[in-house]
Amino acid sequence: MDVLTLVELAYLASAILFVSGLKRMQSPATARQGNGLAALAMLVAVVATMVHPDYQILSWSGILLGIVIGSLVGAATARTVKMTDMPELVGIFNGFGGGASALVAAAEFVRLQDTGGAVDLQTGVSIGISMLIGAVTFSGSFVAFGKLSGRITGNPVTFPLQKTFNAFLFLTLLILGGVIATGAAFGGLPPLTVFWIFTGLSLLLGILLVIPIGGADMPVVISLLNSYSGLAASAAGFVIGNKVLILSGALVGAAGLFLTMLMCKAMNRSLANVAFGAFGGESGGKKAITGQKPHRSVDADGAATMLAYASSVIVVPGYGLAVAQAQHDLKKVMDLLEERGVDVKYAIHPVAGRMPGHMNVLLAEADVPYDLLFDLDEINDDFARTDVVLVVGANDVVNPEAHNPESVIAGMPILDVDKARNVIVMKRSLSPGFAGIDNPLFYMDHNYMFFGDAKKSMQDLSKAVRDA
Amino acid sequence: MGEIIIGLYVFVLATLAGREVIGKVPPTLHTPLMSGANAISGVAIIGAIVVTGASTGGLATILGVIAVAMATVNVVGGFMVTDRMLNMFKKND
Repeated sequence: MDVLTLVELAYLASAILFVSGLKRMQSPATARQGNGLAALAMLVAVVATMVHPDYQILSWSGILLGIVIGSLVGAATARTVKMTDMPELVGIFNGFGGGASALVAAAEFVRLQDTGGAVDLQTGVSIGISMLIGAVTFSGSFVAFGKLSGRITGNPVTFPLQKTFNAFLFLTLLILGGVIATGAAFGGLPPLTVFWIFTGLSLLLGILLVIPIGGADMPVVISLLNSYSGLAASAAGFVIGNKVLILSGALVGAAGLFLTMLMCKAMNRSLANVAFGAFGGESGGKKAITGQKPHRSVDADGAATMLAYASSVIVVPGYGLAVAQAQHDLKKVMDLLEERGVDVKYAIHPVAGRMPGHMNVLLAEADVPYDLLFDLDEINDDFARTDVVLVVGANDVVNPEAHNPESVIAGMPILDVDKARNVIVMKRSLSPGFAGIDNPLFYMDHNYMFFGDAKKSMQDLSKAVRDA
Repeated sequence: MGEIIIGLYVFVLATLAGREVIGKVPPTLHTPLMSGANAISGVAIIGAIVVTGASTGGLATILGVIAVAMATVNVVGGFMVTDRMLNMFKKND
């Protein structure tokens, strides 16, 4: 067998490893192994590329330099990042992936210009697509990162005729892309100049597409950009005629799109509404001050008594828990309750935390076993049979108004905690969540508000449960 | 034209396979799935290696080396942080 056949077979093996790695992500028991398989697939693909007889490697020094620097930066970041900062991390890595695809297109175009070789239509189209999607992913991801980390305002940034301008920009990019792909003359400008204008405008489009979207919607944006970075890689695969690149890029494209749709569904919004709705700023609904309606409240001792003498407890952790970093203290309280023989479960809303599945990671970090965590569909019928539900820093996801067809959140999937015998809501105040509407749960007779910072309240609760 | 048609076949079939496989991932693993898929998108490293190797100095090489470095951050960092997360997922006794 010649080297070319071996390399092609290695690519095939890599493709199989990528797909079976992703398949193992279907269960927490095999997911770590699945991630390992995907990493192995990547290694096989990289090594096969390095020995591929069709790709002449003229100089190794640059490649090795890039790999060493990239590995050091990547490893250091992966080891030190806080689990609460996962959305930012995925955003920034994503930007790098998209940027790499854009640079592959740029380097190939520059090389073809240097060597005086004509750009054929197929390569031209692939270079254009790879640059456009890659650059949009790059600049868009960095804006999303800025919004998530508070470096850029989380409020939607809008200006008059924004959509018209974006449409015009996109049209211009299509025309310039056509010029690049066909090698047509464009006002006497050299092809490379046209290409750099194209690059600059692509980057601008990425920024303009993300700035009008509110900070609360950034996880959806990150997920969509993740899909784009896969498509950009796939397009780069067409540029250099590499099937494993096309395949793995397409896998990521599909994954990103699926997760994006899922998030939109969990928030009861359409993708178009997220992209163009200019919704969900940081100060979202905080303006709506609620009246002084009567509500019951409870202190740590009262809450501890209710929990300690219950036979079943379900915890509903929300964004506020993650912000207050109270997951370890929550775990302590639940351990104490379990020691007393209380049946403890956790109900996780699809968008609890800062991205889908984020709460599960935060609880896993606090050593909560994953088989105590239940999804909305699995647990919603259990609330009616539960003595006490403890809601920590969540609001919209437990708002019974979702069942009212007149409400703005009508139809949003929620956890039916109001069905339980007693509810304790641990929260700073009665203020509304992102949806900006009041929560009738707070004023129900069987609901008790436990006001305060989640971490402090949880520590007090832990002491009180020990003494109960 | 044959080459690009085969490429399109690969693209479409991989998209369908991806949707099938990922649609069955439980919500509890969605964050690791996103970061794992993100690491896979660093596969652009292959393209980066090819273009860097093919160019003989000058701007193309510089762009290529930056592409290799960026893609490597994505790949190495992405797989490592996904592993770190999945390592924390423990079953109850």
